[in-house]
Amino acid sequence: MLDRREFVRELLVDRNDLVVVSGLGSPTYDVAACGDHPLNFYLWGAMGGAAMIGLGLALAQPARRVLVLTGDGEALMGLGSIATIGVKRPGNLVIVVLDNQHYGETGMQPSHTRAGIDLVAVARACRFSDALYVSEIGAVGRVRDLVHNGRGPILVQARISNKPAPRVLPIRDGHAIKLRFMEALSANLA
Amino acid sequence: MSNRTKPALQWPDAIYTQFRRVGIRQVGYVPDAGHSRLIELCVKDPNIHDVVLTTEEEGVALAAGAVLGGHRAALLIQSSGVGNCINMFSLLKNCGFPCLVLVTMRGEFAEFNPWQVAMGSITEASLKLCGFLTYRVEAPDDVDEIVGGGCDMAFNGDLLVAILLSQRLIGRKIWNK
Repeated sequence: MLDRREFVRELLVDRNDLVVVSGLGSPTYDVAACGDHPLNFYLWGAMGGAAMIGLGLALAQPARRVLVLTGDGEALMGLGSIATIGVKRPGNLVIVVLDNQHYGETGMQPSHTRAGIDLVAVARACRFSDALYVSEIGAVGRVRDLVHNGRGPILVQARISNKPAPRVLPIRDGHAIKLRFMEALSANLA
Repeated sequence: MSNRTKPALQWPDAIYTQFRRVGIRQVGYVPDAGHSRLIELCVKDPNIHDVVLTTEEEGVALAAGAVLGGHRAALLIQSSGVGNCINMFSLLKNCGFPCLVLVTMRGEFAEFNPWQVAMGSITEASLKLCGFLTYRVEAPDDVDEIVGGGCDMAFNGDLLVAILLSQRLIGRKIWNK
């Protein structure tokens, strides 16, 4: 099983101008723990919406790579959006689900993936170009390559351990997160 | 003469013309009889990404992502779908994303299905509670002006605007065929 911090840190190495949307709770803390970045759109709520924010971004910015990094509970709440993304099939969108099979924020109750609900199979059934399950850190290079170069939409279900990680809290003001993201995006385009 | 034979075709075209004027680039929608003509126009437009949703709150998150990426977005939903969106609307409010939502109303004039009334009767109040400015349209001739004004408020003012297209405007649902 993967250590979530090590996996996310390795995944975001040399990210360049990669756009990252992080799902509420631990994925937001994991992304923040790699160092703050203006092209991070940290979610602190809107559970179930991360993948669709990624779709809107991917359609608006077709020349850019968009990574949605979220948890199993958040992904399950927006399961229909996997089908919606499968209709549009944006080539620049990658979803990485950090799957610890539990709801970490609410006291570690088991999630549907704990019972064997298979997000990789869901993504394949929804016409994703690629979908894979990883559980060893040796696979992170391949996932990083898919994030930057793979033909989307791609879903990666990354099995992480339940080992708790210290909370690293990024900025929480939604207006500030949005404005600096949009500024960085347009500066980067110019 | 032709205006009298095809009045129902006019107002969706007026909305589409406003979409073109303000440069709407992404339209999220759920299949809907009232919006069918407008959906058709958006699907045919190569400048618009039409995104068919499994549930309306997906469209709220889509609109946020669109704005982050520099696109203007609109949502086409039914009054029942407003209820599905409520928590996701917090994303728009917390971050100050502009959003234009066009809501076809059920559960009001000549409604045959009482199951539509529970949500239809609280749609406008729910939108207001979520931070939306709401405007109702009753007559086809008012669509252009009200939708145009709503577009400007949403996208020039970074505001949440919902246009309620009344059941009288859309026409009563014929359900016995």
